[in-house]
Amino acid sequence: MRLTEIRVAGFGGQGVIMCASVIGRAASIVENGYATMCQNFGPEARGGACSAQLILSPEPVLYPYITNPDVMVLMSQEAYGKFAKGIRPGGTLLVEQDLVRVEGLPVENVKVFAIPATRIAEDLGKRMVSNIVMTGFFGAVTGLMERESLRQAVEDSVPASFAELNRKAFDAGYEYGLKHLQSGALELGEEDPVAISE
Amino acid sequence: MHADPVGVLTGAHFMDGDHAACEGAIAAGARFAAGYPITPSTEVVERFSNRAPRIGATFIQMEDELAASIAILGAVWGGVKAFTVTSGPGFSLMMEHIGYAVMTETPCVFIDVQRGGPSTGLPTLPAQADMMQVKWGSHGDYEIIALCPNSPQECFDLTIQAFNLSEKYRVPVFVMMDEVVGHMTEKVVIPSADKIEVEPRHFTTKDKSSFQLYAPVGEEQTPEMTKVGEGYNVHVTGLTHDERGYPNMTPAVQERMVKRLVTKIRDNAEKICIVEQNQVEGADVVVVSYGITSRVAQRAVEMARAEGLKVGTLRLITAWPFPEHIFRALAPKVKGMVVAELNLGQMVREVSRCAEGKCRVAAVGHAGGTVHNPQDILKAIQEVAR
Amino acid sequence: MSTTTTPDCKVHPGNPVESFLRTDRMPHIWCPGCGIGTTVNCFTRALIDSKQDLNKLAIVSGIGCTGRVAGYVNLDSFHTTHGRAIPFATGLKLASPETTVVVYSGDGDLFAIGGNHLIHAARRNMDIKVICVNNLTYAMTGGQTAPTTPEDVITATAPYGTYDPAFNLPYLVEAAGAVYVARWTTFHVKQLARSMQEMFAKKGFGFIEVVSPCPTLYQRRNKMGDALDTMKFYKEVSKTKHGAPTSEVGLTKSGEIVVGKFVDRERPDFTTHMHEHLQHSLGDKYIPAEGPVCG
Repeated sequence: MRLTEIRVAGFGGQGVIMCASVIGRAASIVENGYATMCQNFGPEARGGACSAQLILSPEPVLYPYITNPDVMVLMSQEAYGKFAKGIRPGGTLLVEQDLVRVEGLPVENVKVFAIPATRIAEDLGKRMVSNIVMTGFFGAVTGLMERESLRQAVEDSVPASFAELNRKAFDAGYEYGLKHLQSGALELGEEDPVAISE
Repeated sequence: MHADPVGVLTGAHFMDGDHAACEGAIAAGARFAAGYPITPSTEVVERFSNRAPRIGATFIQMEDELAASIAILGAVWGGVKAFTVTSGPGFSLMMEHIGYAVMTETPCVFIDVQRGGPSTGLPTLPAQADMMQVKWGSHGDYEIIALCPNSPQECFDLTIQAFNLSEKYRVPVFVMMDEVVGHMTEKVVIPSADKIEVEPRHFTTKDKSSFQLYAPVGEEQTPEMTKVGEGYNVHVTGLTHDERGYPNMTPAVQERMVKRLVTKIRDNAEKICIVEQNQVEGADVVVVSYGITSRVAQRAVEMARAEGLKVGTLRLITAWPFPEHIFRALAPKVKGMVVAELNLGQMVREVSRCAEGKCRVAAVGHAGGTVHNPQDILKAIQEVAR
Repeated sequence: MSTTTTPDCKVHPGNPVESFLRTDRMPHIWCPGCGIGTTVNCFTRALIDSKQDLNKLAIVSGIGCTGRVAGYVNLDSFHTTHGRAIPFATGLKLASPETTVVVYSGDGDLFAIGGNHLIHAARRNMDIKVICVNNLTYAMTGGQTAPTTPEDVITATAPYGTYDPAFNLPYLVEAAGAVYVARWTTFHVKQLARSMQEMFAKKGFGFIEVVSPCPTLYQRRNKMGDALDTMKFYKEVSKTKHGAPTSEVGLTKSGEIVVGKFVDRERPDFTTHMHEHLQHSLGDKYIPAEGPVCG
């Protein structure tokens, strides 16, 4: 794995820190690489802006913050408005399609992938696991690490009583990603940002 | 001796610095913590409150930081290893008990997760601006030990080290984290208990007639310890006291006692101090930093090296006692030193003092709230190298 | 007069309290006529009568004239910082549950600078025994106004008389949650010693206020005579009313001093409650702290 800078952002309560943490855990603990995660949050416990910065690297990470993110996972319009413009040209943008309208992105060649993670989670019975759906989607779309590594990291991150639900959420997100990866990334500027969804 | 396996979570964890520091304290043998909630350090005691009843330890949330910082001292005299944790305003409130711990030679650990100040400042954002306060914030003359981790792994490792040093020298030891290190999550490897060296409390074996609570022993100049209930009928006071612990407010006893409190650290500074040096031999410029800033500075150093500059790095793992001997030896050999820290000039004063005018010393200050832009450090390196 | 002694305690044939004192620290700093020594006498009497294991008893003081008590008694003794005797005692008690922890300090130390700690320790029902020598002033620093100084009293910082209202200590401590609350004066030496003994035997946060003279700074400034006059005054104005509502026992400059045991009630102490609660919450996973461990 080369050095990869990732931002995961949304509103408090969506589990964005958990999403980044699972990815970091997969890279550093399961795959024995290096990961550094920093988080920023407002004073609000729920609903406020919430963001995590994650750096994955084959070598120890020095500078703790991302400067030119390769991947962004954005789960709220506020997060999109605040962060999307910072993605590097050619980067990969993952959005929660029901919560984020991708428009006016002033960066070239960004590959955009959208998933109705919250809806999928609700179909599984718990909206709470939308972040794990997103984690699965992230794994499939970015291919940054083995599917099993991420899946293991999910299991290691949740209480045993929720393991089954979270595995399902992860798989649902992953499969969704695989399926839609073949149909190509959403072209920036297309009118309907949910074009690749069902 | 080795760590008690009951408290040791052996394995690889993806953990933030606050949690890692808590695990370090537990591995070191801490079985008591008192705290008062304050950002960005609260996670340390939150974790301890969760872990304590499963490992035979006690946590109490006190009514303020004054209470937390002296409850731990009470617990130490009750016979356990104890620590407290705080940030910014809470650290200011704890100052009196730093002095009390120094004066009564009570081994204990304070963890300060530094945030932007003064006053309420930046509760959720980093600074390294309590570095002078930890050394000078309590009244009177004293020496303490302060360590600066730059990663969650070091939060674990150095918290153990802090407990070990506190027992060895009967002195409060400070883990001077910063918000970035405290809230940063990385891999933390916790070894098995038999691989963790733990300094036990040096309880006296002398009998009541020969034991003196403040009679120095060995080259550490540190007295042996005891606890309540052993029949020694100890007297512990913050007043100037003699070797028995009895108040004796004469200039002669003050001289003898305060001098020893200071020299037990100063005379052993070379043993206590840990610094990390990289490519210092033959360097024109040495970049001095600590905590999170050391990682940011490294990026600047790499940029400077790419330009062909001869740059070394020196990281303070021990900030106090200040590793004077190293700086005094280094200063004549280099063009200059660049001191980067998340404050507007604190440890740089020590660097300047020890450089004694034999090289340039440039400060790269920062008011806090985020880390340096590496470009700013690079500029200072270029300037000093010129 | 027969004397009961504890096994470890060598009673001097001349003075039964001597073995409780660090005689090598005498003379003490207290002024002639000061009431603190009288309370220490009662304290040692209570220790003798209650057959306390003196190795399992520690005394913690704050700062001030009464704060010096810790330095004179031949026990594990801690002279802490101003106002913080109670949180120190809290840590000591939690780390060494088998130790009886007595906090011995003054009114200014416990109720002004240390007031917050006192009410919280009472709220928790921490098993510590608080003896508060109330001389109604800051004596060590020269007789300034304390939160206990009654109205219209001359002090070093109220040269025209005090006008800020004083705390009624038993009322405050009862409201905060203490399970044992009593008040005596230094005239009531027998009652005080018995009350201390009773408090030592009771688990939980106990509190005894001892109204005590400061002839040098309080009585003299207010033309209330010397120590002997103060004893006569205490004798005249004291009225024993066990169980009196604490709301009605506030002190005034020259009015009635209600003494007696005001509160003696049952409430689980902090440690007992903590053990029960954690046992309930964690079941087999609960490993209680077992006192001093220092690996």
